[in-house]
Amino acid sequence: MRSNLGFFSDEKFRSIFFQTLVVGLFALGLFFVISTTSYNLEKRNIATGWSFLQNPAGFDISFSPFLEFKSTDTHLKVYFVGVLNTLLVSITGCIAATILGFILGIVRLSSNWLLSRLVYIYVEFSRNVPLLLQIILWYSILIQLPRVKQSLQVLDVFYISNRGLYSPRPIFESGFSYVLIAIVLAFISSFLINRWAKKRQDKTGQQFPVFSSSIGLIFIVPLILFFILGSPLSFEHPELKGFNFKGGLVIRPEFIAMFLALSIYTAAFISEIVRAGIMSVSKGQREASAAIGLKQTWIMRLIIIPQALRVIVPPLTSQYLNLTKNSSLGIAVGYADLVHGFGGISLNQTGQAIECMAIVMATYLSISLTISFFMNIYNRSIQFKEK
Amino acid sequence: MKKLLSIFAVVAFAFSAHAGTLDDVKNRGFLKCGVTTGLAGFAAPDDSGEWAGLDADMCRAVAVAVFGDRSKVEFITTTGKSRFPTLASGEVDMLARNTTWTISRDVNLGFEFVGVNFYDGQGFMVPSALGVSSATELDGATVCIQTGTTTELNLADFFRLNGISYEALPIETNDEGKENLFAGRCDVYTTDASGLSSTRAAASNPDKWVVLPEIISKEPLGPLVRHGDHQWGDVVRWSLNAMIIAEELGITSENVDAQMSSNVPEVLRLLGVEGNYGEMLELSNDWAYQIIKQIGNYSESYEANVGPDTPLEIARGLNALWTQGGILYAPPFR
Repeated sequence: MRSNLGFFSDEKFRSIFFQTLVVGLFALGLFFVISTTSYNLEKRNIATGWSFLQNPAGFDISFSPFLEFKSTDTHLKVYFVGVLNTLLVSITGCIAATILGFILGIVRLSSNWLLSRLVYIYVEFSRNVPLLLQIILWYSILIQLPRVKQSLQVLDVFYISNRGLYSPRPIFESGFSYVLIAIVLAFISSFLINRWAKKRQDKTGQQFPVFSSSIGLIFIVPLILFFILGSPLSFEHPELKGFNFKGGLVIRPEFIAMFLALSIYTAAFISEIVRAGIMSVSKGQREASAAIGLKQTWIMRLIIIPQALRVIVPPLTSQYLNLTKNSSLGIAVGYADLVHGFGGISLNQTGQAIECMAIVMATYLSISLTISFFMNIYNRSIQFKEK
Repeated sequence: MKKLLSIFAVVAFAFSAHAGTLDDVKNRGFLKCGVTTGLAGFAAPDDSGEWAGLDADMCRAVAVAVFGDRSKVEFITTTGKSRFPTLASGEVDMLARNTTWTISRDVNLGFEFVGVNFYDGQGFMVPSALGVSSATELDGATVCIQTGTTTELNLADFFRLNGISYEALPIETNDEGKENLFAGRCDVYTTDASGLSSTRAAASNPDKWVVLPEIISKEPLGPLVRHGDHQWGDVVRWSLNAMIIAEELGITSENVDAQMSSNVPEVLRLLGVEGNYGEMLELSNDWAYQIIKQIGNYSESYEANVGPDTPLEIARGLNALWTQGGILYAPPFR
């Protein structure tokens, strides 16, 4: 029997054989896909290559808060505008979803029946309605706001219409940089004070009012400096001229719809993750910390949350990844993200579908891997350290 | 292993080898035609759910040429963006979708425009309440624009040329454009003038909207097929030409049977009484007769879908025959 099977009876050989087979089949499949694609591209006379990136785009992108974009700029710049817009909505969305998710997760566990039920309804609703519909819902609500000529005026300086939220734009005059430097220094010294106070508390048990002194440093010192320097800051107010408001800062309804939908949708998932994390901390921990006389807020902050985070962070990372990838739905409301601008308009104007899609995919992959990388570092830092 | 290799070979063959599109269509039993997601007058489902319009007629004419049956066509909706990949991948056999013939599409994208079934130009539509009378007064306006179109590029050029600014609001479909324009999210909607007429006709109160006089581009719209399949390209090209020639010769769906006994040689050639032009195209010899009988000539299709008596109210203008002040012209049928 043994002799019939020959090499196959050897476990090591078998393992190498099957691994080689799998890699070989994969390579063959890849080769097949690539050769078929290039063959068909050539057969249909579709030009390939990367030179189109340097060609002028020829179209305009209206939402580009970080880079100035003109129709004479290249497709490469369309790409950068898209990446920045994707990052903008992803990062703000992740921050808002985290804050909202934590609050809701904690409220869900509240002993207040009404509050906890309300959060339950919210979670079930937003988790179970497709995100695309939520984005379109928010957008349809936003474009039903008053027209630009009948804008709602709030506090005399903000204007709300279906063209977006217009607010004054701050203009930094000379001298304002000192204020910024003061703020940065204040942050650094607050951080140092915090470390010093912790050490002192460990040694002597004495506490230092870290929070109030940090607030003082960060807000009051720069504020005094600001007035000493003669208020080097002015505002450019939006004014209704012709068709639109001119000047000021504007937040577009496309962005608001994306931001609201993404953060509200993801917050529902995060709140469940937070709830699970908190519930994973054994009841005895809470009872023990109450027994030694800690305040309710301290129990949460010092005992429960640090332990819950170990359970929370890994699934939280995947929610961040989901949110970032979901931001590609911006196309539904014309939000000028990566997929809409470069992966959509550039692709269509140049016809370089494979190149554009490859770049877009590689970009999402890089963004996701970067998020994972940093979240993994954070995850390691909060894990239980065995001594 | 040998078996595996042969499977690969068969699959590879299936992927790479393309029989002619005409044979594919004949074997399948119906034509797959890419149209818009709904643009009244060009391609939109009518009250009974049937696709109707100038482009829809173009699709039906090709179906009639191949099968002699106007119902042998499946309409596949495409957006401004999805249309080219849909055609390139073979998901549709042809596009009749308000598509502008440009050099880059003809050459770089690997398509072949076989003719022009509507001469159009890009225009602007604004609410009449704005009191705007010329596109050059649109400085600072928000403009709704369909992405991935030639109009998007023309728009940027026009404003750059005139040194005025605008904000683009990118939209995907004509319906989205309508929604945003009617809600006041954008001040102006720009697309082909025919599309504007179609949008205006669909408004609850068309008088509240004006189409500005400027026409800022040439937009020859026509059917297109994949580059390289000349036989199929010829079938589509001559299906269109047959409708135009029929109008030139005064043959209509009403009188086509009587014309069979005409004494005009070109009429007899077109209707398949003389010559074997159908065979040259690998179609039946009465293909053009069937198109005229079942669809009508170009004028009939135009008047029924976009002409002055329809809600779109578009005069023939450039789309009149060359003999009547327009530029519609088909090569001779001989």
